[in-house]
Amino acid sequence: MPDPPPDFQNWTCPLPLRDYPKIVMGHGGGGKLSAELVEHLFLPAFRNDALAVLGDATVLPAAAGRLAFSTDSFVVRPLFFPGGSIGHLAVNGTVNDLAMAGARPLYLSAGFILEEGLEIAALSRVVDDMAAAARLAGVQIVTGDTKVVERGHGDGLYINTAGVGVLPEGLNIGPGRAQPGDAVLLSGPIGDHGMAIMSVREGLSFESTIVSDCAPLHELASLAIDVGGDALHVMRDPTRGGITASLHEIARSSKTGVLVEEATLPVRPEVRAACEILGLDPMGVANEGKMLAFVTAHKADAVLAAWRAHPLGANAARIGTVTTGHPGMLLAKTVIGARRVVPLPIGENLPRIC
Amino acid sequence: MKYLTEFRDGDAARALARDIRRLVTRPWNIMEVCGGQTHSILRNGIDQLLPPEIRMIHGPGCPVCVTPLETIDRALSIAAIPHVIFCSFGDMLRVPGTHRDLFSVKSEGGDVRMVYSPLDALQIARDNPRSQVVFFGVGFETTAPANAMAVDLARRQNIANFSMLVSHVLVPPAMEAILQSPSNQVNAFLAAGHVCSVMGYWQYPPLAARYGTPIVVTGFEPLDLLEGIRRTVRLLEAGEARVDNAYERVVTEQGNAPAQRLLAQVFEPVDRAWRGIGVIPQSGWQLRAPYHAFDAERRFAVTGIHSQESPLCRSGDVLRGALRPNECPAFGRECTPRRPLGATMVSSEGACSAYYNFHA
Repeated sequence: MPDPPPDFQNWTCPLPLRDYPKIVMGHGGGGKLSAELVEHLFLPAFRNDALAVLGDATVLPAAAGRLAFSTDSFVVRPLFFPGGSIGHLAVNGTVNDLAMAGARPLYLSAGFILEEGLEIAALSRVVDDMAAAARLAGVQIVTGDTKVVERGHGDGLYINTAGVGVLPEGLNIGPGRAQPGDAVLLSGPIGDHGMAIMSVREGLSFESTIVSDCAPLHELASLAIDVGGDALHVMRDPTRGGITASLHEIARSSKTGVLVEEATLPVRPEVRAACEILGLDPMGVANEGKMLAFVTAHKADAVLAAWRAHPLGANAARIGTVTTGHPGMLLAKTVIGARRVVPLPIGENLPRIC
Repeated sequence: MKYLTEFRDGDAARALARDIRRLVTRPWNIMEVCGGQTHSILRNGIDQLLPPEIRMIHGPGCPVCVTPLETIDRALSIAAIPHVIFCSFGDMLRVPGTHRDLFSVKSEGGDVRMVYSPLDALQIARDNPRSQVVFFGVGFETTAPANAMAVDLARRQNIANFSMLVSHVLVPPAMEAILQSPSNQVNAFLAAGHVCSVMGYWQYPPLAARYGTPIVVTGFEPLDLLEGIRRTVRLLEAGEARVDNAYERVVTEQGNAPAQRLLAQVFEPVDRAWRGIGVIPQSGWQLRAPYHAFDAERRFAVTGIHSQESPLCRSGDVLRGALRPNECPAFGRECTPRRPLGATMVSSEGACSAYYNFHA
């Protein structure tokens, strides 16, 4: 096959920007510096036909059927943490929100708010992480925006992403659809992301490094849809507030009770140890690569088996049941067999004094 | 996890509960002194395994709850001073003062930081030589050694921009005050295991003998608590007013000698007001004279503090064991964890908060 003809139209310099090692106000000014940032940093990383047009709006083919549309903003500190970065989170966060609605994620937008003084090398790493995460999740970043704020007015870098995806025909899931008798399934160990962030943010050092579970969930979600069929009622990614917050929300929306068996909860030993030290309940700690599924009991084992055959679901477990009793409430069967109400935390999880 | 999962075994817990039911012949009121034990009892549902004769009374052992309102207001005033970095353990941040809490001070521009150790605050002082770094040194004998070490290090290393707002409280004087109260209902105590790991339990036999009250040193895991309760019931039923140690894997009679030496060097006993209870003689620690330069109360002469408790809050009765949290007229109505009237509704160790969160 002959080589394609040389194409100078879409050529960009793969080298990072050199003139300024840090973001300056001019990078947001709409002039040459802004253009350089787009051409030398964003375009090479996100490269796709829709983005390359650089119009005021990106024009995409319309899909038949229903669309899912979601947005999320990312303000994590530090920008890089064991197991990922704000770049991974920004892509996976929106991908997962779409996937939990049952949609196949297609396109993302990315808005960047850069703080004056941010190292361009750091921005470049974040953008590369976003590109890698987008490839893994099978989505394209098709439109974007950059603003620069004065030093002291931001934590280095904020990212907003929005995304659209297409829904399979006939899918009918949502937090209000949980039904008494449903099995509550969890795709893997909880609390990894929250404790990974806390271990670097608060300067706690543990004997082993806790790594964030940041990952795209679209494949686990489509397994649940394919295997669960009509028996699948709810999907949820338990991020901030952990599974406690998600299960509360589902219990409230569906006016059912949720009973979790504490003894069945998968928690890594190092995460459990860190939670013990800080007096935190792993159920309330954030995840970025785990999902919950509510399915009619007779399909529970099939969905679990499908998840366990996937690398992201190897430690999936059935953790509870939906009940008719105590509607709107989350209860836990404690390790010694008693029952307790699991409260929804007021705000932040506060480590205890002793 | 070693020394943890073994003490959460459901079968062993039920066996201990059966034993307790076999031993008990009449009603007994047992007070767990420590807020950590209250939290564990309600979080694990241990009260649901106990026979109806056993009534657990939740004691005043939550450091967040008993820190006087006036001290909280003082902390809020200091935290609002420009160039002050105010460091505190996490659960003090939401304790309401008369008008606001530390979170509000932070949102209004105060530099309030959550730390896990007073030594972290000391490091912040080294890193910010132009700021005044204040650590809120509250708690029982458990948190006191680390606080003593931080103040002692600051003095030896001459970290002049560090100071501590000290409001330490001591367990044995509080137990004695409860026993002396004319309305006392407590028949026996579970002594706080972690306090005893520092201080030992040599102080308790005279107390047990003088008031005819068994005292059992008890840990925090479900089996620790059930074993402590079992031994307490055995002593009560046998009429033996003595001290027993049910937390042998952590506590010795003499306690941690180096920690006790440091505590004696840095702190001296003082009469201390307990929030909701009143002044208990010699029930607190303050910095000794050689450490006065590091006393935040002396360094920042804050005036104009007018502390005013909510007239509806009956946390004092709760802390004394005279009122169950859900018997308080304001419980769950005017007073919830979201809008707490008193500190017992704030801390996860507070009896009101534990009731609100864990009781169906």
